[in-house]
Amino acid sequence: MINRQELLQLIERNARISEAELAVMIGSDEKSVAEELCILHEENVILGYAAIINWDKTERESVTALIEIRITPQRNKGFDQIAAQLYRYTQVTSCYLMSGGFDLMVIIEDSTLREVASFIAEKVAPIEGVISTSTHFILKKYKGNGIVFDVKKSDDRETVVL
Amino acid sequence: MNNSFDDKISGVVKSIPPSAIRRFFDLANEMKGEVISLSIGEPDFVTPWRVREAGIYSLEQGYTHYSPNQGYIEVRKAIAQYMIRRMGLLYDPASEILVTVGGSEALDLAARAMINPGDEVIIVEPCFVSYKATVLLAHGVPVIVETKQEDDFKLRPEALEKAISNKTKYVMIGYPCNPTGATMTEDDLKAIVDVLDRYPDIIVVSDELYSELSYGEAPFVSIAGFPSMRERTVVVNGFSKSFAMTGWRIGFAAGPDTIIQAMNKVHQYCIMSSPTTAQYAVIEAALYGDKEVRDMRDEYNRRRRVIYNGLLKAGLKCFEPSGAFYAFPSIRELNMTSEEFCESLLTEKKVAIVPGNAFGACGEGYVRISYASSIENIKEALSRLADFVFEIKKRESDK
Repeated sequence: MINRQELLQLIERNARISEAELAVMIGSDEKSVAEELCILHEENVILGYAAIINWDKTERESVTALIEIRITPQRNKGFDQIAAQLYRYTQVTSCYLMSGGFDLMVIIEDSTLREVASFIAEKVAPIEGVISTSTHFILKKYKGNGIVFDVKKSDDRETVVL
Repeated sequence: MNNSFDDKISGVVKSIPPSAIRRFFDLANEMKGEVISLSIGEPDFVTPWRVREAGIYSLEQGYTHYSPNQGYIEVRKAIAQYMIRRMGLLYDPASEILVTVGGSEALDLAARAMINPGDEVIIVEPCFVSYKATVLLAHGVPVIVETKQEDDFKLRPEALEKAISNKTKYVMIGYPCNPTGATMTEDDLKAIVDVLDRYPDIIVVSDELYSELSYGEAPFVSIAGFPSMRERTVVVNGFSKSFAMTGWRIGFAAGPDTIIQAMNKVHQYCIMSSPTTAQYAVIEAALYGDKEVRDMRDEYNRRRRVIYNGLLKAGLKCFEPSGAFYAFPSIRELNMTSEEFCESLLTEKKVAIVPGNAFGACGEGYVRISYASSIENIKEALSRLADFVFEIKKRESDK
């Protein structure tokens, strides 16, 4: 019997581990792991595999902003329709319904500040039901997806310890 | 070089041989930085942040003084809670727990608190290197019981009984075992307890530093958990291995108050008290560190499977380790000594592992491989090891 949580946890951390290696690590066999992964895909538990990239170390210019949006929920549809109107834009990388002082949190990534600003002014604010927006730009990424950026790993232990 | 001072060194100290693998040790240290080291008996994880932070906070508060000899009562209470929660063992923090400088100090204190010159101590080998030395330094006589791969390196009751004499003061056991990775199940221990029940004067010192790192279906069982053993077992445990706190140097002894207080007397005069900052950090670890320990154990367990699988694939005979973070494969078929094997592996393939004879004569023919290293390192080391074994076997068959 495969421990689903452990399997998911492992590939969430490193999606490149082969099925054979996964099988050894969790004490199963390759065929069972492959089958389980297949089921997890079918059930839409696993939605895709992505690399975690520190874009700041590349040529690419990009700006990330968090937008807090207050909206008026719509009859029978609640917040979902406005959320869908927002998340269909490709520059929206994440979209969450929140508790607290605002309703939707939208994270967008674009190449320049101007593009982000115009996206908010032209696409987000005019949506019927949007009461207000508040935009926060990310200045520096310290940690993302559980990984600390810009840390050099070194082993300072002695060579032999009995 | 002034050799004339040699006669100033005590006979006991001179009687203790330098490590059996001194040469290998020096060679490995010279090559630091160029080798993949699977020869390290300490976690590669850094101490969990919540524990480090607790230490830092205590410094900010200015808690920089001596603690009571026995350790802060808050620490002993936290340890008592930890012991009942994780091991099912109940100890009175006022009199039955002593906070020491790592498990190593507790081993030394136990020896010095109990041994009269000439008393025998049964030591189960292969084992951690300081068991024998601490007994010798306390003017005791080590009596070695060898364990075997055929028995999964478990202590067998017949072997124990053979070693018992009317001079036996205590039995020193350490499971999960460094270097073999062996563990003792409740049934295995029951058989040992049955023997000891016939010798009610013999004490047991149980080194349980690796108790959190047991990978079997059944949870770890301490010999002190047997009703007839509670009052004559000194449990030595600590935070180095399970909480990745080696450098903090905090361990503890728990047992009957007469022995603990005798150990405290020795501790008081040679150490005074364990480091204060580290004691504050340990409160956090003992009370709130279970999740971190579990995550690290799960990771070791995955590495254990990778190592065991890799060793079999490399064509080495190995019993499946079930505890600590070591595998102890046999290299007997290769017609080399443990030390030759490790030296060649080090110089030819730049992989450091430890010759088994470092842990007792019966460790000859084996090597200790630590999996307290990243999966990437382990995979690379296993692939080099497999090449190495293949080349040796080829050389042998070409002869």
